[in-house]
Amino acid sequence: MEPFRRLAALACPLVEANIDTDQLIPARFMKESRASGYGRFLLHDLRFDAEGAPIAGFILNDPAAADARILVAGRNFGAGSSREAAVYALVDYGVRCVIAPSFGDIFASNAVNNGLLPAVLEEAAFEALTDWMGGAPAELVVDLEARRIAYGGRDAAFSIPDAWRAKLLNGWDDIALTRQHAAAIETFARERLRAFPWVAPRTDGPRGGAQPRSPDAGETRAGGASPQSSDL
Amino acid sequence: MPATLFDKIWDAHEILRDEEGRSLLWIDRHFVHEGSFHAFDTLAERGLSVARPDLTFGIADHYVPTAGRPRIADPKIAGMVERLAGNAARHGVQLFGLDDPRQGIVHVVGPEQGLTLPGLVMVCGDSHTATHGAFGAVAFGIGASEVAHVLATQTLWQTKPKRMRLVVDGRLAAGVTAKDLALHWIAALGADAGRGYAIEYAGPAVEALSMEARLTLCNLSIEGGARCGMVAPDATTLAALRDRPMGPAGADFDAAAADWAALTTDPDAVFDREVTIDARRIAPTVTWGVSPEEALPIDARVPDPAALVSEEAARQMRGALDYMGLAPGQKLTDVAIDRVFIGSCTNARIEDLRAAAAVLKGRRSRVPGIVSPGSTLVKRQAEAEGLDAVFTEAGLEWRDSGCSMCVGMNGDRVPAGERCASTTNRNFRGRQGPGARTHLMSPAMVAAAAVAGRLTDLRDL
Repeated sequence: MEPFRRLAALACPLVEANIDTDQLIPARFMKESRASGYGRFLLHDLRFDAEGAPIAGFILNDPAAADARILVAGRNFGAGSSREAAVYALVDYGVRCVIAPSFGDIFASNAVNNGLLPAVLEEAAFEALTDWMGGAPAELVVDLEARRIAYGGRDAAFSIPDAWRAKLLNGWDDIALTRQHAAAIETFARERLRAFPWVAPRTDGPRGGAQPRSPDAGETRAGGASPQSSDL
Repeated sequence: MPATLFDKIWDAHEILRDEEGRSLLWIDRHFVHEGSFHAFDTLAERGLSVARPDLTFGIADHYVPTAGRPRIADPKIAGMVERLAGNAARHGVQLFGLDDPRQGIVHVVGPEQGLTLPGLVMVCGDSHTATHGAFGAVAFGIGASEVAHVLATQTLWQTKPKRMRLVVDGRLAAGVTAKDLALHWIAALGADAGRGYAIEYAGPAVEALSMEARLTLCNLSIEGGARCGMVAPDATTLAALRDRPMGPAGADFDAAAADWAALTTDPDAVFDREVTIDARRIAPTVTWGVSPEEALPIDARVPDPAALVSEEAARQMRGALDYMGLAPGQKLTDVAIDRVFIGSCTNARIEDLRAAAAVLKGRRSRVPGIVSPGSTLVKRQAEAEGLDAVFTEAGLEWRDSGCSMCVGMNGDRVPAGERCASTTNRNFRGRQGPGARTHLMSPAMVAAAAVAGRLTDLRDL
């Protein structure tokens, strides 16, 4: 993963609350292979009409925002599903940082795993930034090492958990890191199974699955015997 | 030191902690579905195999069609289902595929098969994984990079979240369900109130909930921003765990039950946030907007943006009302619907179908709609009870099991501009299809809306 240290780039304001993952990438595009790029799906139904023509007035369609690599968005950005495709769409579009008062937890974690910085700016600082931008794209400098955003001669502190900052700064790969702990993991797994034998899924059970009995013991249709026992 | 239920399970799964304070957690169960292909691709690129195929389970649910099976008309959708089957076979992972009599939605199948147990840490590349927390497990949704990590190592790096307890006092009134309780608290506290927290639901109203209702409550944790929600195991939980095909049996069950008895929050344990809600004040609740927090009691009116102080909030509300095609001040019970959907991991278990059928029995739906059971076993059980006939005689379609019209990726969609009363979990713009307008509510409320052709207070029927 490419390390993230400092980014001086054009930022595009998208100051809506609750821009959810279904808006970031509508589900119908998620069958596509990543190889062909997900950037064209980003905010698809806000950017394009039913015929696929760009919607005039949507800020990402403004030529002045064409080179944006930072988004400045409203609270609870990326709420909703765990689809990492929402992050792929942003990254493939060219976005490396989203600044918002808050993020959906799973989205933020997915972002960090793809080198995309979710920078949390508390409400007052966020308002000062968006007031300064005045609804138009503008140049910002995001310094992850110092956890600061500089704009128009001003400067604001943003927050990000230490672990995520370290990971972004170093471009760490978790799988490689974890495999160094293989022995500790194996010992833990063996010990857990010894102490709690019931944690292992049973493989010799009957196929089926009981449903709770109907409270009014509804009539059973002739010939409609259920394949599973109903013995709760 | 007194500990919360969440802390006890977390601490029991911590293999080690790094310098930044992240825990490396052991994962007891990992579910994968058709959408998990990115993670399998990552394994393939690195030449890795699945570390613990015996703890990994493949389930076809997100993309499967709910009609015309086993044929899949759309070749791209067929490709997604085949890809999961191929990856499962390649890595020796047990698959609950399209042709398996136990197939269904992952969050229904896990508990049904006894794969979901108290005290486990469970993950899946799906945000509604919190559902399994109803059994007193720590269960949460993860992204594709994390799925790849779990496949490769059976572990996950996580920073411990804060703990919130949501205590529900009193008892829910007749006709008020776990769905209403969830929509109520999310509307009261906000769709991001649970951000950064693991929630424990407690109090007399939660203890009185059936297992299935607890699954609904925990399922919706993520709609309130929390990755994880849980209920401490009790007698209701134990009864639901007995004789599950893949859960412990005989002496193992007794040993497990003894271990599970310790899975409670200690009396003096401290939460980072405590919220108390009075169950008696909750009415049947429906959403009017495009976020689950935009919900109101059914006897309310559509809110007016002009009444808001913040211009930003007013602009946002006007956008939501415009998308939903609603006018400020309109009575919710005057909102006409075009179709209904009963299904999803939120509300498609047997109790949900019974509740909807009880309203629809002997009545006709004024609008078209489909019913998709939470699993194929739920479907068989419902048929044994004659519920399918109730739905079809009411004019609704009785379908196969899958994520169906909740997720807009498998062919089941609400057409643009149409309004759907839905038992699902997200009323996001375009969630049920481009331009679809979704109103979330309980199964009985969806059935009542079907009968009336508009949003309706089921207590008036």
